[in-house]
Amino acid sequence: MDFEFFVNLLFSGLTRGSIYALLALGYTMVYGIVKLINFAHGEVYMIGAFTTLIMVSVLTILNLPILAIAVIAALVAIVWSAGYGYTLDKIAYKPLREAPRLSALISAIGMSLFLQNYVRLAQTSDFLPFPRFLPTVRFLDNYDGLSSSQFIIFTTTTVVMVILTIFIKFTRVGKSMRAAAQDRMMATLTGVNVNKTISVTFLIGSVTAAIGGILISAHVGQINFYIGFLAGIKAFVAAVLGGIGSIPGAVLGSFVLGLTESFGAGYISSDYEDVFAFIILVLILIFRPSGILGKPAAQKV
Amino acid sequence: MEVLKELRKSLLLALWFVVLTFPIMVIRVNTITDTIEWRWERAILMAVGSFVGSFLWKFLLARQEARKSRQTAKGSSEASDDGASAQKSLTERLLARLGWTRDTLREKKVAIPALAILGAIVIVFPFVTSIYQSNIMISALIYVILALGLNVVLGLGNMLHLGFAAFYAIGAYTYGLLNHYFGVGFWIALPLGAAASAIAGILLAIPVLRLRGDYLAIVTLAFGEIIRLLLVNLSGITMGPSGVKSISRPGLFGLDLSYTQAITYTYFICLALVIFTVFIVHRLENSRIGRQLVAMGEDDIAARAMGVNTSRAKLTAFALGAVWAGIAGVLFAAKTTFINPDSFKVWDSVLILCMVVLGGMASIPGVIAGALILILLPEYLRVFSDYRLLIFGAVLVIMMVFRPGGMIPKRRKAYKLRPEELQGSAAVPVGGGEGDAP
Amino acid sequence: MRFRNMLMIALALFLVGGFAFAAAEGEAETIKIGVAGPHSGDLAPYGLPTINAAELVAEKVNAAGGVLGLQIELIIEDDTCVPEVAANTAAKLVSDGVVAVIGHVCSGATNAAMPIYVESDILAISPSATNPSLRDFPNFFRTIGADDAQGPAQVDYVVDELGMTKIAILHDKGDYGKGLADFALAALAKRGIEPVLFDGITVGAVDYSAIINRVAAEGAEIVLWGGYHPEASKLVDQMRSRGLDIAFMGADGIYGDAIIDLAGDAAEGVYASGPSIAAGPIAEEYRALHVAKYGAEPGQFFMQGVSAMLALVNAIETAGSTDYDALISALRSETVDTPYGSIGFDAMGDATGVGFSVFQVQNQTYVPVQ
Repeated sequence: MDFEFFVNLLFSGLTRGSIYALLALGYTMVYGIVKLINFAHGEVYMIGAFTTLIMVSVLTILNLPILAIAVIAALVAIVWSAGYGYTLDKIAYKPLREAPRLSALISAIGMSLFLQNYVRLAQTSDFLPFPRFLPTVRFLDNYDGLSSSQFIIFTTTTVVMVILTIFIKFTRVGKSMRAAAQDRMMATLTGVNVNKTISVTFLIGSVTAAIGGILISAHVGQINFYIGFLAGIKAFVAAVLGGIGSIPGAVLGSFVLGLTESFGAGYISSDYEDVFAFIILVLILIFRPSGILGKPAAQKV
Repeated sequence: MEVLKELRKSLLLALWFVVLTFPIMVIRVNTITDTIEWRWERAILMAVGSFVGSFLWKFLLARQEARKSRQTAKGSSEASDDGASAQKSLTERLLARLGWTRDTLREKKVAIPALAILGAIVIVFPFVTSIYQSNIMISALIYVILALGLNVVLGLGNMLHLGFAAFYAIGAYTYGLLNHYFGVGFWIALPLGAAASAIAGILLAIPVLRLRGDYLAIVTLAFGEIIRLLLVNLSGITMGPSGVKSISRPGLFGLDLSYTQAITYTYFICLALVIFTVFIVHRLENSRIGRQLVAMGEDDIAARAMGVNTSRAKLTAFALGAVWAGIAGVLFAAKTTFINPDSFKVWDSVLILCMVVLGGMASIPGVIAGALILILLPEYLRVFSDYRLLIFGAVLVIMMVFRPGGMIPKRRKAYKLRPEELQGSAAVPVGGGEGDAP
Repeated sequence: MRFRNMLMIALALFLVGGFAFAAAEGEAETIKIGVAGPHSGDLAPYGLPTINAAELVAEKVNAAGGVLGLQIELIIEDDTCVPEVAANTAAKLVSDGVVAVIGHVCSGATNAAMPIYVESDILAISPSATNPSLRDFPNFFRTIGADDAQGPAQVDYVVDELGMTKIAILHDKGDYGKGLADFALAALAKRGIEPVLFDGITVGAVDYSAIINRVAAEGAEIVLWGGYHPEASKLVDQMRSRGLDIAFMGADGIYGDAIIDLAGDAAEGVYASGPSIAAGPIAEEYRALHVAKYGAEPGQFFMQGVSAMLALVNAIETAGSTDYDALISALRSETVDTPYGSIGFDAMGDATGVGFSVFQVQNQTYVPVQ
C-alpha cells in the first residue's frame, strides 16, 4: 500500500465527507434554531432527487437541450423541496413549538415515514436510474483517483458552506437566525419575527437538502424512496459530531466521519467501516462532550 | 365575512397542496414507451382532500385552543404551569362521559369487579381467538416490556436513548446462542439474558456519564449500531446475517406442546412477565432511586446539589432499563424461534422510543397503551395493505400535534399550599398538571 | 392504587384491539393460497413482483374454471422481510386457512415463518429464498437454485473459462449476499485459491470509492459480488467512472434488466450467474400479460413466482385434493412446465431442471455465455 493508495483513500473520504456535509448543513441549521432533530430532512433530500428525475424525464420528452434540462429541473426541484420543507414545518412542527421536545421528534419521525410512503405510493418502490448530468471530464492527467462528479460535489459543498456562513454572519436574516437560536424570547422582544425566521431556516435547509439530493443522486446514479432515511442518519451523526448547531462544525464533523470510514475501509476492513465511524464518534464525544466545534453548553442553574 | 375568509383560506391551501404535490402525484414517466402519464384525477382528489382536511385541521386546532384557554382560565388558581399539558387526560374525559370521576374507580365496589372482568377476558383471550391474534398479542406484550424498560431511562431519567434495540438484541442472542451451542433452556436463559443485558447497559453508561441531551442520543445510537454490526460480522460465533434458527420454545416440565399450545403458553408467560414488570416499575417510580432519577432528569445540577449521586443514578437507570430489554429479547427469541441482526436496526430503537413518547412519558398506563397501539395498529391496518405505513406515519404526526403530552400523560403528584392552610403548613395533594422538564 | 385503574384502561384498549378483527371471516368455498413477502419498506421491489405473478396465474386458472372446480383466492400478506413480522404473517395465513404459501421472499423471514407452517401442515414454495439451511424444513420448496449450487458454478466459470485467479469477493452483509460470498469462498478454497480480498460493504452508502480503491490496490482481476442489483450498479458505475476495468460478476440478485437500467453503459460486460433462462413460450406469455395488466416489465423474481404458482396449481390438480401429504408427494413426483422449462422438486425441496448459467451484459442485454 503506497502513497497513491493513501491519496486515493483521502479523496474517497473527502467525497463521502462532502456528501454528508450537504445534508448535515440543513440538519444543523434547523437544530440550531428549533432544537429539533428534523428526521424528515432526509425525506426532503429524497423528494428533491425525485422531483429532479421527474422533471428531467418530462423535459427530455419535450426535447429541450441538455443544459436547459439540467438547469430547469434542478431549479424546479430546489423550489419544490423548499416548499415541502416549509409545509413540513407548518404542519408537523409549528404546533409543537411549546410542547416537550420529544413530541416534536416523534412528529418528525412520523412525517419521515409518511413522506417515504407517499413517494413510494405515488411513484414507485423500484430503484430508478438517475440521469448523470454531471459532466465527466478528465481534469487531472495521469491520475484517476478522483472522478469529476466527486470533484463537483466537493466544490459545491465548500461553496454552499461559505455562502451559508457569510449569510448567517452578515445578513439581517442571518443575524435574526442567530438571535433566535440563542434565545427565542429575547429575540422576539428585540423585534425579530421568530416565526418568519424559523420558516426561512426551513427554506434554506431544504434548499441545501435539494442541492444535495440532485448532486448525490447524479453521482450515485440511482434513487428510490428509501435513500433519505439512511443518508439522514449519517448526516445527523456528522452534525452532532461537529457540534450540532454549528455550521463549520457540521462540515468538519462530516469530513471526520467520511475520512474515518474511508481509511477504516481501505486499511482494515469495510466490514467494520461503520464501527470505526461510531467508535471515533464515541471517543470524540467522551473528550469533547459538545462535539468538535460545539460550545460547551453553559448550564443554567 | 368570517366564513368567506375561512373559505378563501382553505381554497388557497388546497391550491398550495395541489401545486406542491403536482410533480410527484400527477406526473409519471413511463420509461418503456417514453411517454408521460398525466394523472389529473389525483390532482382533483388532492384538491378536495386538502380542502376538506384543512377544515378538519382547523376545527381540531380550534378545539384544542379552546380547551387550553379554558384550562388556563380555570388553572390560574390551580397548580398548572404549562398550558399544553394542562388538558384533562383521555381517561378523565372518558370517565366524565359516564358521570364518574377518578375517585369512582378507586372505590372497591367498582374496581374489583371491573378488574376481575378484564382479568377474565385477558385469560380467555388466547382460547377464543385465532393463533394469529395470540401471536401478535405476544409481540405486543414483548414490546410492552421493552417500552416499560425504556421508560426507566427516558421517562424517569429524561435521557434520550436511541440504541435500546441493542439490549433487546443482547437478550435475544444470549438465549439464541446458549440454546444453539449448549441447549440451555428458556427458564435458565431468562435471568442470564437479563444479566448480560444489564452488564452491557452499565458498560454503555460509563462512557456517557458526562453527556447530555442529543449527544447522549447519538452515542446510544452508535452503541446500538456497533452491537448490531458485531452480530453481523462475528459470524463465527453469531452465525452472522443468516441468524440463529430452531431456537426452542419455552418448555413446560418436559411436556410436548403442539404449536397452538406452545403459543398459548408463551402468551401466558409474556402476560405474567408484563404484570411483573408493571409491578416492579411502579414500585421503582416511587422508590428512592426512582425519585433520584426524576430529579436528575429535571435538573442535573439541582439534583446534585441536593445530594443525589447522579453518576450512580445514571448507571442504575441504564442497567435497570437494560434488564427489561434483555428479558424481552429472550422472550422474542423463544417466540419467533429465529433471530437475525435485521430485527435490531435503528428503526426498531426508534419504534420503542415512539411507544414511550406517544403513550405518555413516565406514565405506566400510557407506555403500555403506546406499545399496544404501535404494534397492533400496523397489524390491524393490514386491511389497508399498501397504505398502512403511510397511515401510521400520519397517525404519529396527528397524535403528537393534538396530544403532545402523549395519550395518557403522566400526572405528577403535586403539592400545594392553600392560603387558608398557610398557618397549618399542611401540604395537601391535588391533581395538578404534569410538569414537563423546562 | 391509582395505577391499577389506569392499568384497566390499558387492558381495555388491548381487548378492543383483539376483538375488533376476530370477527371478520369469509365463507365462500375457495382454495386459499397465501402470498407472503416484503410489500412495503426498502425491500418491497423484491416482494411485489411475486404478487403480480401469483395474481396473473390465479386469474388465468380461475378464468379457465379454477382447480378441482374451485376458484383460487389469494391472501396477500406483507412480511417486510423482518423475521418477527414474518412469524406473525405466517400465523395470520394459518388462521386464514391457506393450503399453501407462495413465499416468503427473504431467507431470514422464511426461516422465521417455516416452523409455523411445519406445525400447521402447510407447504411453502419460495420464489427467491436461496439459503441452503432452509432444506431442513420438510415442507419447503423453491423454484430458484440454492446458494451452495451457485457459488461453485461462479468459481468454475471465473477460474476455468475466464482464467482469472486474483479474485476479490464483496458482499452486502445480508443473509443472501453473505451466504453467497461464503460459498464462493469455500469453492475457491477447494481449488486452493485465496481471494485477494473478502469484505462486506454497507448497503445504502452513497460512495464506495474507498473499497474500490482497495480492490484496485489488491490487484484484483474480478469482483465476485454477493448481493442485490442496486449496490452492484453503484459499485460497477463507480469503478468504471474511475477508469478501472476490473471484471464484475454477481448472482441471481443482479440477473435481470434492473441493473442494466440503473447502471446503463457501466453495466456492459457485467457477468451474472442465474437460473438458466426464462425465455420459453410460457415466459413470453406471462411477460406479455404483465405488461398488459401493469404497464411495466416484470420485476425481480417474477418468473420464479410464476413457476412456484404453476407448480402449486399443478400439484393440487394431480393430488386431487389440498391434502398436505398428497400435495407434498405430488410436488416431489411431478414435473411442470414453467417459464424455466420443465421443472420438478427433489426430496430437499430444491427445483430440479433449473440450472445455472452464466450471462454477460452485451449491448444492454444479458446473453448466455455458458
